[in-house]
Amino acid sequence: RVSSDGKPPKFQPPPKPVIIDRKTQKEERRFLSPEFIPPRGRTDPLKYYIERKDMIQRRKVFNIPEFYVGYVLAVTTADPYASDKSKRFVGICIQRGGKGLGATFVLRNVIEDQGVEMCYELYSPRIQAIEVLKLEKRLDENLMYLRDALPEYSTFDVNMKPVPRMDHEEIPLNKLQVRMKPKPWSKRWERPKYNIKGIKFELPEHKMKAAQKWSQPWLEFDMLREYDTSKIEAKIRKELSEELEK
Amino acid sequence: SITGACQAIQKLTRVRVVDNSALGNTPYHRPPKCIHVYNKTGVGKVGDKILLAIKGEKKKALIVGHKMPGPTMTPRFDSNNVVLIEDNGNPVGTRIKTPIPYTLRRREGEFSKVLAIARNFV
Repeated sequence: RVSSDGKPPKFQPPPKPVIIDRKTQKEERRFLSPEFIPPRGRTDPLKYYIERKDMIQRRKVFNIPEFYVGYVLAVTTADPYASDKSKRFVGICIQRGGKGLGATFVLRNVIEDQGVEMCYELYSPRIQAIEVLKLEKRLDENLMYLRDALPEYSTFDVNMKPVPRMDHEEIPLNKLQVRMKPKPWSKRWERPKYNIKGIKFELPEHKMKAAQKWSQPWLEFDMLREYDTSKIEAKIRKELSEELEK
Repeated sequence: SITGACQAIQKLTRVRVVDNSALGNTPYHRPPKCIHVYNKTGVGKVGDKILLAIKGEKKKALIVGHKMPGPTMTPRFDSNNVVLIEDNGNPVGTRIKTPIPYTLRRREGEFSKVLAIARNFV
């Protein structure tokens, strides 16, 4: 290179290599099932510790996949009254409730124009297999409004094949806005208490404004309702990783 | 005005007849309503017999699904489903398209004929 004077060009150090440690990043983002986090209350943590031990035992024997609300799952359960003693149900997960061993999830599907919902207990010994057919997160954590939506949004083929996934890291977010049946609905989903983003409200403007009357904007700043789970989660993650390695 | 969803089936609930009988499927200006539940409590769950008033006639029916959430591992339907039945337990229709819970199979003795015409089970 041609230098400005006769002197050699100023030494420019090479750019520092950026080390992206993929292993630690992956561990931080690992999913912790919500039923492990104990609810806020005055019960003895020993109860939750014993429950967690039982949950880990069950997970060692039976694989419960990571799933969120909005995934399409197929669950095979044992039933003495079914042919072949087992029955299979395919549906979209609308909600995950309960903590500890009583954790449940509700699957919804529309079969022969009839909406059916099944509530399963995650740790029930009757469940023989849980397969994730479609990985798709939705805008809300509770899809109960699908009961009042048009049935096309809850229909899933019973013989659906698992959708193949390309990436191993990203879970696609479906920003689908669901169209509803005409009112009355089972709950007034337009109210800010439910904070639903996944519905295309076709209500007139004055109704949407009237619904905002019930908004409680002070709730998010209420300090007595705060429940910081970061330390509890870190402890439980450590416990889980130790137990599962044994 | 139409009342909101009534959960389990009791007197005066509107029900949906699910088989392909003529009595259940011909349109009438009043929906079929329950007038009596053959139960110690007046609340009917899956597998209970009820008395329906359809088209000005009284007919017995069997509950095959309701909107009220039951025990876990049992299905919850989006409508109160009912199958028309005679006094001796014979179903009136010949086919049931909508899914029926497997728990009815426990009482195979009483409901064998109804289970025989059912197509889908949940």
